[in-house]
Amino acid sequence: MNVVVCVKQIPDPAAPGALDPSTNTLDRSGKLILDDSDAYGVEMGLQLAAGDGDEVILVSMAPNGETSGLRTALAMGAARAILVSDDALGGSDALGTAKVLAAAIKRAEPDLVLTATESTDGYTGTIPAQVAEFLGLPSITFAKKIAIDGGAVKVERQTEAGFDEVECPLPAVVSVTAGVVEPRYPSFKGIMAAKSKPVDVLSASDLGVGTDQVGATGARQEITDVSKVEERGGGEIVVDEGDGADRVLAFLQELKVI
Amino acid sequence: MSLDTIWVLAEVGESGPSTLSLELLTEARKIGSSVAAVTWGPNTAEHAVALGEYGAAKVYDVGDVGETLPGVPVAAAIAALVEGGDKPDALLIPASYDGRDVAGRLSVRLDRPVLTNVVGLSDDGGSSQHMLFGGTTAVTARFTGEGPFIYVVRAKSFAAEPGGGATPEVVSAPAPDAGASGATKVTARHVEERSGPKLDEASVIVSGGRGLGSAEKYEMIEELANLLHGAAGASRAIVDAGWVPYARQVGQTGKTVKPNLYIACGISGATQHLVGMKGSKHIVAINKDQDAPIFSVADLGIVGDVHKVVPALIEKLKGS
Ligand SMILES: Cc1cc2nc3c(=O)[nH]c(=O)nc-3n(C[C@H](O)[C@H](O)[C@H](O)COP(=O)(O)OP(=O)(O)OC[C@H]3O[C@@H](n4cnc5c(N)ncnc54)[C@H](O)[C@@H]3O)c2cc1C
Ligand SMILES: Cc1cc2nc3c(=O)[nH]c(=O)nc-3n(C[C@H](O)[C@H](O)[C@H](O)COP(=O)(O)OP(=O)(O)OC[C@H]3O[C@@H](n4cnc5c(N)ncnc54)[C@H](O)[C@@H]3O)c2cc1C
Repeated sequence: MNVVVCVKQIPDPAAPGALDPSTNTLDRSGKLILDDSDAYGVEMGLQLAAGDGDEVILVSMAPNGETSGLRTALAMGAARAILVSDDALGGSDALGTAKVLAAAIKRAEPDLVLTATESTDGYTGTIPAQVAEFLGLPSITFAKKIAIDGGAVKVERQTEAGFDEVECPLPAVVSVTAGVVEPRYPSFKGIMAAKSKPVDVLSASDLGVGTDQVGATGARQEITDVSKVEERGGGEIVVDEGDGADRVLAFLQELKVI
Repeated sequence: MSLDTIWVLAEVGESGPSTLSLELLTEARKIGSSVAAVTWGPNTAEHAVALGEYGAAKVYDVGDVGETLPGVPVAAAIAALVEGGDKPDALLIPASYDGRDVAGRLSVRLDRPVLTNVVGLSDDGGSSQHMLFGGTTAVTARFTGEGPFIYVVRAKSFAAEPGGGATPEVVSAPAPDAGASGATKVTARHVEERSGPKLDEASVIVSGGRGLGSAEKYEMIEELANLLHGAAGASRAIVDAGWVPYARQVGQTGKTVKPNLYIACGISGATQHLVGMKGSKHIVAINKDQDAPIFSVADLGIVGDVHKVVPALIEKLKGS
């Protein structure tokens, strides 16, 4: 079984985010790392494609031929990667991104495509359904458990009230929530092996995607204003000297909550 | 261009339309002149009155989608209406599990972009407001191409208010066959029990985080919430750890809440948590680390041990 895992490479979320003032898009000029949210998909893929001849193939779209995040996922155990990197893709919206990802995924002829439910930086959460629609495949989003049963995938899907058991025939697209599995740490051997694993770098035109459909032009949306939000003023901070509960109680009374 | 005709994707359960759907209908009524709801389910007609009351003059009924996940059939039904010439200037979609599926599928079918995580809309032709970087930066965005404009809107961005509209006309809008992509099947549904008010409707929320130390300690959060007639919430850290179900998660990937009072116990206050709760009217934080970011949004911050402060508070409330 071939599993494609979509992995996004993003600016380190520990560093404060910033918009590039000239384009109003996220500043992605620094080093990019593997989105934590995608580590779950990679781990899930590795567990599902553990048989002989099974392969986990990574697909990523990122600027400047970035591979640091891919190397992390390769070190976890993925076999190879397809990276789409092209200046024409800068400023793409989710629809344009999905178009590119779908075209790259097709090349890997997967039985299953995994994504996270939403990325850490853009978090539109529409990519999984958009990719599935471009590929003409069924999709099950918000998976908290996944099993393969013959030619079908069986999923426990998070719902408002609890969860649903949902299944569909393969090939299919499944988006996984955080906590679906515990991602492994790359071993030293894995890190060394990752250095020589193949990363196929493609441009939009290699994939037959017209550059007018992607990038800032293809996005057909723009940011017209950016402003700082008034900080919510902090209030009174008191160190508990055994009177902490009383302080809270007094505040509750003041608010007439009790 | 102004947004005249607005459709709202209305999610309807056994107890009627979701609160978020009603929030969107209320807003649609304010910025548009002609409002319709698109809905699905086995007995839509029963809920048409409620949809009308909040602003829908017309209801497009996709009908019963059976055991298929709604994303594909509902998007296909809307696309069929649009291709048939019956189309809105804008479509407001709830930021829910199924809502995002519909939005994604529909955007590809119609070849239209989506503006997501919308928290405000203007009647100036459809610019939308978004919060970035944990709610520290506000952004205004707009579409530059042709409609229909598709917006995915977060809960609690608008207040739901009935407008006293009449019972709307219900128009059947069945889903065309979607082929392979529609081949999902729900085989069982599990409901996790919960008592007290719903998280997104409660006026008091008590939330616990990793600072509780263990799953059992969450019981004191529930007890405190009960005593205050509120709901119990959680940070993602303890949801991921399996201590509490996802339905309790507050934050970017969980619920947006705006209660009168939010009490954060043993929660550090990561931006992804803050973005879901800093719209609360009053905030109390209990954390043993005086530098915890949660204190920057708290009206009252107690630097202390949750295992001391919370049980003491419970005792006092029980005694009062
Ligand atoms: C703050 C912010 C707000 C934005 N708002 C919008 C908006 O309203 N509408 C819009 O169309 N675009 C928006 N964008 C742009 C959008 O984030 C990018 O187009 C992005 O490339 C794809 O969307 P996502 O990461 O939000 O996808 P999501 O749907 O959140 O991603 C889900 C999953 O898809 C996979 N995936 C996503 N992107 C890639 C990738 N490049 N390579 C590999 N796998 C990937 C990952 O598994 C990811 O976890 C926004 C960007 C930012 C930074
Ligand atoms: C894409 C993405 C989306 C996310 N979405 C969400 C979301 O929706 N909601 C969310 O909550 N998080 C979300 N997160 C996770 C977020 O970044 C934090 O990791 C999470 O909120 C931390 O939870 P916590 O505060 O419980 O744990 P920690 O950060 O570990 O904080 C525990 C706190 O408890 C305090 N503490 C410890 N012991 C005690 C004690 N005895 N008494 C008092 N205080 C004590 C500590 O000082 C510390 O401040 C998201 C992250 C990403 C990347």
